[in-house]
Amino acid sequence: MASPGPAGPPAQGSEQPGGSAPTRRGTELAMLAFAAGLMTGALMLVEVNQEQQLTMRLVWYGLAYLVLFAVAHAAVRRWAPYADPLILPCVALLNGIGLVMIYRIDLALTERFGSDDWSAAAPKQVLWTTIATGLFIAVLKFLPDHRTLSRYAYMFGLAGLVLLALPGMLPAQLSEVNGAKIWLRLGAFSIQPGEFAKILLMVFFAAFLVSKRDLFTVAGRRVLGIDLPRARDMGPILFAWGICVAIMVFEKDLGTALLFFGVVLALLYVATERFIWVGVGLTLFAVGCVLAYQLFGHVERRVESWLDPFGLYETGGYQLAQALFAFATGGMFGTGLGAGRPDMLLYQANSDFITAVIGEELGFIGLTALLLVYMILALRGLRSAVAVRDSFGKLLGGGLSFTLIMQIFLVVGGVTTLIPLTGITAPFLSAGGSSLLANYVLVALLLRISDAARRPQTGVKPKPVAQAPIAEAHTVMVERPS
Amino acid sequence: MNTPLRRVGLVMLAMIVLLLANTTYIELFNADEYRDDPRNQRVLYEEYSRERGRIITADEKIIANVKATDDQLQFQRTYANGPLYAPVTGYYSVRYGATGLELTEDEILNGSDDRLFVRRLSDLVTGRDPRGGNIVTTIDSRVQTAAYQAMTGNDFTGAVVAIKPDDGQILAMVSTPSYDPSGLADHDPDVQEQTYNKYRDSNAPEKPMLNRAISENYTPGSTFKLITAAAGLADGRDSDTQLMAAPGIDVLTGEACDPSDGSTRCMSNYNSRTCGSGETASLETALELSCNTAFAQLAAEVGEEKLVDQAARFGIGQTDLTIPLQVVPSCVGSRADGNCMDIEDEPSLYQSGIGQKDVRLTALENAVIAATIGNDGIRMHPQLVQKVLAPDLETISEYDPEELGEAMSAEDADELTDMMILSENNTGGEGKRDDIEIASKTGTAETGADPKNTPPFAWYVAFAPADDPQVAVAVVVESRDVAATGGKLSAAVGRATMNAALARGN
Repeated sequence: MASPGPAGPPAQGSEQPGGSAPTRRGTELAMLAFAAGLMTGALMLVEVNQEQQLTMRLVWYGLAYLVLFAVAHAAVRRWAPYADPLILPCVALLNGIGLVMIYRIDLALTERFGSDDWSAAAPKQVLWTTIATGLFIAVLKFLPDHRTLSRYAYMFGLAGLVLLALPGMLPAQLSEVNGAKIWLRLGAFSIQPGEFAKILLMVFFAAFLVSKRDLFTVAGRRVLGIDLPRARDMGPILFAWGICVAIMVFEKDLGTALLFFGVVLALLYVATERFIWVGVGLTLFAVGCVLAYQLFGHVERRVESWLDPFGLYETGGYQLAQALFAFATGGMFGTGLGAGRPDMLLYQANSDFITAVIGEELGFIGLTALLLVYMILALRGLRSAVAVRDSFGKLLGGGLSFTLIMQIFLVVGGVTTLIPLTGITAPFLSAGGSSLLANYVLVALLLRISDAARRPQTGVKPKPVAQAPIAEAHTVMVERPS
Repeated sequence: MNTPLRRVGLVMLAMIVLLLANTTYIELFNADEYRDDPRNQRVLYEEYSRERGRIITADEKIIANVKATDDQLQFQRTYANGPLYAPVTGYYSVRYGATGLELTEDEILNGSDDRLFVRRLSDLVTGRDPRGGNIVTTIDSRVQTAAYQAMTGNDFTGAVVAIKPDDGQILAMVSTPSYDPSGLADHDPDVQEQTYNKYRDSNAPEKPMLNRAISENYTPGSTFKLITAAAGLADGRDSDTQLMAAPGIDVLTGEACDPSDGSTRCMSNYNSRTCGSGETASLETALELSCNTAFAQLAAEVGEEKLVDQAARFGIGQTDLTIPLQVVPSCVGSRADGNCMDIEDEPSLYQSGIGQKDVRLTALENAVIAATIGNDGIRMHPQLVQKVLAPDLETISEYDPEELGEAMSAEDADELTDMMILSENNTGGEGKRDDIEIASKTGTAETGADPKNTPPFAWYVAFAPADDPQVAVAVVVESRDVAATGGKLSAAVGRATMNAALARGN
């Protein structure tokens, strides 16, 4: 009645400047509320099924969760208003489900091992989530433009290498936990530097490939109708391959090696648009697999317990067999939250095997829903990468999205015996600070890229130097920003 | 760059689809096997988290119940009167599994039986935790209690089985000494272990967990003369048929002999007496006085084939009898060759005719023999479960009486009944009532390698009232007294049981 404009477009948000592109922050808030509702409901179910009474703990966990994501949402509103509205809610949902499951597994393991032998992981996870949210906000605030990263690409690459190599170099008492030398133990808490190295190296590779991409498109010798790359262009992929083999040898970390190599391969393919790189990569991968199986006992054991977890029940197959029991017992609908037996999976129930617990308690349907949430998250990231205007953003966004799916593929594929168990954690779900911090940085970068993709181009046009070559350009030269 | 990005997107989709396909494959093709793997204890725990059904007597006493607990196994089995009903219920233990009806009716009790499927679905919809169905037994608490008290009151080791002759329902199944299954159902593994050890082997030589009614078979002694008599009647003899009255019989020649000359070939009557007062004894007199020589001679005359056939008609030798508890087979011959229905030679035939040598009967089988005679020769399937009730107490299925064939003609059964009435009149012990006519047979079975110095098994099989039998009973007591006879020990227990059954009023 008071409004004069009869045919105006529906208002979408106060900070929408021109009315041309909706920010969709309202959608994000609604979806976050939905995720919070789901998480609280899940927590209540656990409480009801486990202790048959609702304790104050539920209120505290629920509140901590709500506050965290309200702050994260506010930060997105403030510093990345055009970011994709589904990415943060997906993360919130996954993190929430993860917290509920970790809390639920705490109850089971405390019951089984006693509070002396099992210290609750859920409070730590809440703390790590808080720190991760802080880091998430910091990235959004201090990185207004993702292209800035490409300026420091070589520095990031070097830092990534150092972080990756550090645990391998250090003495075992500082870096080894459960046979994997991937830790950095600093007094009371320990971190996995490899998680951060992944992102740093990805930034490096994206920037490196953008600047050198045309080199890789030059055909070398033609053999049997296939254009082979030139031998000297094989450098980067051999380098990456060498790093992965080194990780396997010195740190016994199959998962990181696989993940790293897979992402490099994807980046190389996207940058060059040539399948031949995938072919070369897979060949190297196959050679690496055979070598690792032949040379390293821990790889051979992993493969053997993968092939016959029930036959090797007493000697290494126990957890895999129990994971399969968990899926089978859960069946279609699951036993219900809090009604399964995660304690059968022993101490790794809340990290590497958390998806088995979800498969048992939420069933095939719950696991499917979970995988679809990852799918949505990664596809939204990929969509942003497609829509963003600069090549570096495209490559980085695509790589980050692919990392998410690759991780969940290795985790779920491992516990369902599709592939050998590689000992990697499920992003946002599993207990573990390093993985959480790194993945929140990853999501902050994705949000930054999607904000750039959807932000209406108003005001001053960016300087041509700052704008990376568009996808269709055939220019070779890239001016180094000064 | 967008085309390869989209292709990477397709690869990501393909990876997720691969994961889903693999999980689907596991759920479809391997899940059953994994669920049933003995190393997967989840199913066990799930079973314990469900409210297990109750076991109820025919007169509506709950003998196995559940109580809610605050630990992870949400319900604990309780046994209101554990030792009294242990042979019926068995036990239900996390650590030691289940026995008795807890084992055989497990699918009903734990709610997984297909007949409960529709109710499980409705529980799912209404959000109720699924519950197990209930088992109504044929046991009558009054009969069971009377039999149990008669046994334990005298500190007897043995078994009592009471059956309704016309439909085979088991009114009482007692085994003493008994055990309390409550401790085995405790959720504390230590309590379970202590209880189990207390009742096991070296700690309990009297074997309280052995169900003496159906899992142990005893030398039947003179109670087997009912079979020999039935075989004789079927072979054309009657109660007046004259048989040997001599105190001893030569097991090689079948001639009369003098037991006092010490020959091992000379099988004697009880206390080496002559059977009755005449030169010969009638079949009737022989059964009344339980003369060994007469029945040994009769068994030899009838022959192995007809004797074994008669025994089989009464159910001896049946290897797959379930009530639904598994019953060990009763035998007439050695079980060394797997078939326990062969009498090995002529001397064995003489001894088998009076229920010695390799003849072994369960208490249940002997009760079935008495019930069959009382039911005009028609053998009924003995049965322990009367009804299956849904969790909401609606009847799901009911036991139908099942005939297992004609063991003897009605006329022969009547004639044998008359002889058993004479036998009862010749048997002492407490519990006789003027208003009820009982037909019975006692037995004092020699056991062991040195029978003269080993305490015998004291038997008493009977049914009452003789003209219209409402209850048949078999009592076996592993006596500790070398001089004990069936009449003294077992008859009182049997009569107390039958009196309780007849006092029920139906």
